[in-house]
Amino acid sequence: MPRVSLASGFQAAVDGAVSVEIEAATIRELVRRLQEQYPKMTRHFDEGVAVSINGEIYRDIRDLNIPPDAEVFLLPRLQGG
Amino acid sequence: MNGVQVSTTVNGDVEEFVCHPGETLLEVLRNRLGLTGAKEGCGTGDCGACSVIVDGQLVCSCLVLGAEVEGRKVATVEGLADGNRLHPLQDKFLEHAALQCGICTPGFLVAAKALLDDNPDPTEEEIRYALAGNLCRCTGYDKIVRAVDAAAAELRKSSKKKASGRKK
Amino acid sequence: MAEQSYTEQEFKVVGSRVRRPDGVDKVTGRARYGADAFAPGQLVGRILRSPHAHAKIKKIDISRAEKMKGVKAVITCDDLPDLTGGRGPNFDILVNCMARGTALYHGHAVAAVAAVDEPTARKALKAIKVEYKALPHVTDVDAAMAEDAPIVQPGVEHDGKPSNIVNVSQFGHGDVDAGFAEADVIIEKSYRTEQTHQGYIEPHACLASVGPDGDGELWVTTQGHFTFRNVCAQLLGMDIAKLKVTSSEIGGGFGGKTHVWMEPVALALSRKANRPVKLVMGRDEVFMGSGPTCSTSMDVKIGAKRDGTITAGQATLRYQDGPFPGPWGMLGAMTSWACYDLPNVQAVAYDVLVNRPKVAAYRAPSAPMAAFAVESTMDLVAAEIGMDPVDFRLQNVAKEGSKAAYGPTYGPIGIEATLRAVKNHPHMKAKLGKNQGRGMACGFWFNFGGQTCTDLNIGVDGTVNLTMGTVDVGGARASMSLIAAEELGIPYEKVKCNVGDTSSLGHNDTTEGSRGTFSSGMATIFAARAAIDVLKARAALMWEIDVDDIEWKDGAAHAKGIEHSNLAPLTLAEIAKKSPQTGGPIAGHNEVVADGAGVSFASHICDVEVDPETGKTKILRYTVVQDAGKAIHPDYVEGQFQGAAAQGIGWALNEEYVYGEDGRLQNPSFLDYRIPVCSDLPFIDTEILEIPNPNHPYGIRGVGETSIVPPLAAIAGAVSNAVGVRLDHTPMSPPRVLKAIREANGR
Repeated sequence: MPRVSLASGFQAAVDGAVSVEIEAATIRELVRRLQEQYPKMTRHFDEGVAVSINGEIYRDIRDLNIPPDAEVFLLPRLQGG
Repeated sequence: MNGVQVSTTVNGDVEEFVCHPGETLLEVLRNRLGLTGAKEGCGTGDCGACSVIVDGQLVCSCLVLGAEVEGRKVATVEGLADGNRLHPLQDKFLEHAALQCGICTPGFLVAAKALLDDNPDPTEEEIRYALAGNLCRCTGYDKIVRAVDAAAAELRKSSKKKASGRKK
Repeated sequence: MAEQSYTEQEFKVVGSRVRRPDGVDKVTGRARYGADAFAPGQLVGRILRSPHAHAKIKKIDISRAEKMKGVKAVITCDDLPDLTGGRGPNFDILVNCMARGTALYHGHAVAAVAAVDEPTARKALKAIKVEYKALPHVTDVDAAMAEDAPIVQPGVEHDGKPSNIVNVSQFGHGDVDAGFAEADVIIEKSYRTEQTHQGYIEPHACLASVGPDGDGELWVTTQGHFTFRNVCAQLLGMDIAKLKVTSSEIGGGFGGKTHVWMEPVALALSRKANRPVKLVMGRDEVFMGSGPTCSTSMDVKIGAKRDGTITAGQATLRYQDGPFPGPWGMLGAMTSWACYDLPNVQAVAYDVLVNRPKVAAYRAPSAPMAAFAVESTMDLVAAEIGMDPVDFRLQNVAKEGSKAAYGPTYGPIGIEATLRAVKNHPHMKAKLGKNQGRGMACGFWFNFGGQTCTDLNIGVDGTVNLTMGTVDVGGARASMSLIAAEELGIPYEKVKCNVGDTSSLGHNDTTEGSRGTFSSGMATIFAARAAIDVLKARAALMWEIDVDDIEWKDGAAHAKGIEHSNLAPLTLAEIAKKSPQTGGPIAGHNEVVADGAGVSFASHICDVEVDPETGKTKILRYTVVQDAGKAIHPDYVEGQFQGAAAQGIGWALNEEYVYGEDGRLQNPSFLDYRIPVCSDLPFIDTEILEIPNPNHPYGIRGVGETSIVPPLAAIAGAVSNAVGVRLDHTPMSPPRVLKAIREANGR
């Protein structure tokens, strides 16, 4: 079960935790389960969240398998110039 | 409108137009004559994107009134090529990738033409100072300076050929 | 994801320095930019802007302007009713493009007119009477954070009290207090950077046309016409499909043209007048009314052991966002420490509202300022422990497996390679003269990909039209044509690439985050491969053999196996010629979410000479080293490196927004806001590293932004080495340098 670390801006939505355990095999599942367990996360997902899997940042891709023991990090969606 | 009637020559063609007394040459070129090659980057003579040549003199067309070109000869980027043959400056700008967005390119080409008409063999420093009135935000000027230098060499080569041709 | 992986393919045309397909138009004056369009019956639009930094708008009387001969429409915020629900990014765009009750900065739009010509439009603006009640204002980021600061946006709270602090972000790991306790040396310093503008030479410009049926068209200079369409359609209450947006040639953007500034105003004017309206900003309006980047105030503290190991790093960053919240401080915090592998690190960022223009993305947004503070402090620590600055950075450099300060653990990354290239570069060994100094610095930026849609159509003569949906800001059409030619196996000259309008392709995200070549490159590869599948199927029909017996190589279908040895290859052109009889047009199409762009690093070296009499700093030599993954068109990769460095040099030495006590911007012109000119710069040397991106079929990495990050600190280091004063405030303009020299000399 991946342990999902959260950037500071999201931690209030998961009762102040730095990371949470979420049973998920794909990014899509992760996003759904997180919102089911922590409804306050929905606002953040509406505004945009990027998911880092083993250091690679995904802004939009959802159908990506999360390898077992992967490092999963939720980051704010980025803007560029 | 209290219009001013003006008769002038643009890129070798006689042009007649009526403009407001306060209308700039840039506005006339772009809005009345359909020559949108000269660009307005600032309207205050600071960026050089509107550079044209009037009677051999490089000017910012945003600082010249349309009424002032009565009886003069105006040269713009649209007149730089010789028919379907690009001017060596145009050719070298493409070869050296001396443009990215290209908005400043017409102004640079006209300013570089004015430089090379006056000084066919400029040093790097002379090129940089001659083009210091033209702003480019994309390139850092590196490839522009190289392109102008290469075009100058090309022009010198062809004028030498012409000269030696005449001698024969 | 497998199909997106790097395959180490050998390239035939990719990597060559071909001429760009839009080149001739751009050197002959034919290329049409934002202000170069014309529509029958078009009107001239003008915007009236607030002369106040902060003011209640008590009343706007447009009646006199409306009655003027030749005036066809006058609008205020009443003509742009709020359809956004009163909150969120699109509401902020709406409020920014036309003030609603309060003018939030000098230059904030309050009304607009459309008239038959420019003089009439100007006269009409003068005829609009606005009654203001001036409010207290604040333009400085530190002042805006003070207890008694004027409040920019009522409703914003921090610690339960009205505040201008709109967001606090924190990143990092470990225990910084413990880390500092272990340190032999601790350096702590405060920095400031002034506000700079992207400074694209082409002002914002558009031509809008909305009919009584609600259909509309918008011609506009933008980095993202699909995004502009979606935003404008929402703000105007139009159907997305009924607003066609065409991106003109774009005269520079650098992030500033990712944001909607005035296009809804043009559409609203056109809707009211029922005539096309051309709206072009003047240069002063570009400075006042379209977003610059933040000014900042920052504190950085680094602790290290005598052997050069950093034990802790801590940064407090205060970024002003203008009057609307943005992610800018947060991005500063995320990027600040990204180059280093630190056991204990923390970055805290405050996003702060002030009465200045709405801040916009500017090339690697927010990273240059944080890097200025962190990299300058890195130099100070290196000097304090007597280490070479490059060696000091190498000792602490982030590598595969390092935990980034912004959270995740890095995969393979290129910062160490750029630092080693710098260390070995001949530039580092060149001799320096009197009053000359050398500096170096590193930079980081997140690249990204995003939604992308590309179409490839093959003509009956075997030439190829490639329609891309990301805006070409600096030569991308050449790169895309190279990629299509590579995949199809045909000459570059047989491909013509265009940027499609919003009605011709599916959604494409804005060209930002260095994504153009990365993501449209990916979509082009897949579109070409889809077309190859069709070409093979058509060859199978022509030969009457099984498609599985056909392979595509060198631009032709080849029949495999001895039984087909009598079949000469069918070229793309031969198959295309027969396409009417084999099933009609041949095309390939792709839509993709191009993720996996990977992070990007650069290291720069800079030599300067400082005139101790005037404080003027001259750049003598400059070298950029950056990883491109794979340089599709090396000329334009070099161009990105050089242009980014030049912008960083301007930021470091000259450029700044100057505000008066009255909160008014005092230098909204290229005369007083001085960007580098040709005679200010030397040739800018570049070294392209090609470390393939594992997540792209060609190994491409975005290249556009990262090299604006290192110059501020690299130049500060060079100035320090030249004249012995460490500047902590950009721009390091002659008066600031001179003051620092005099203070150091006790004068």
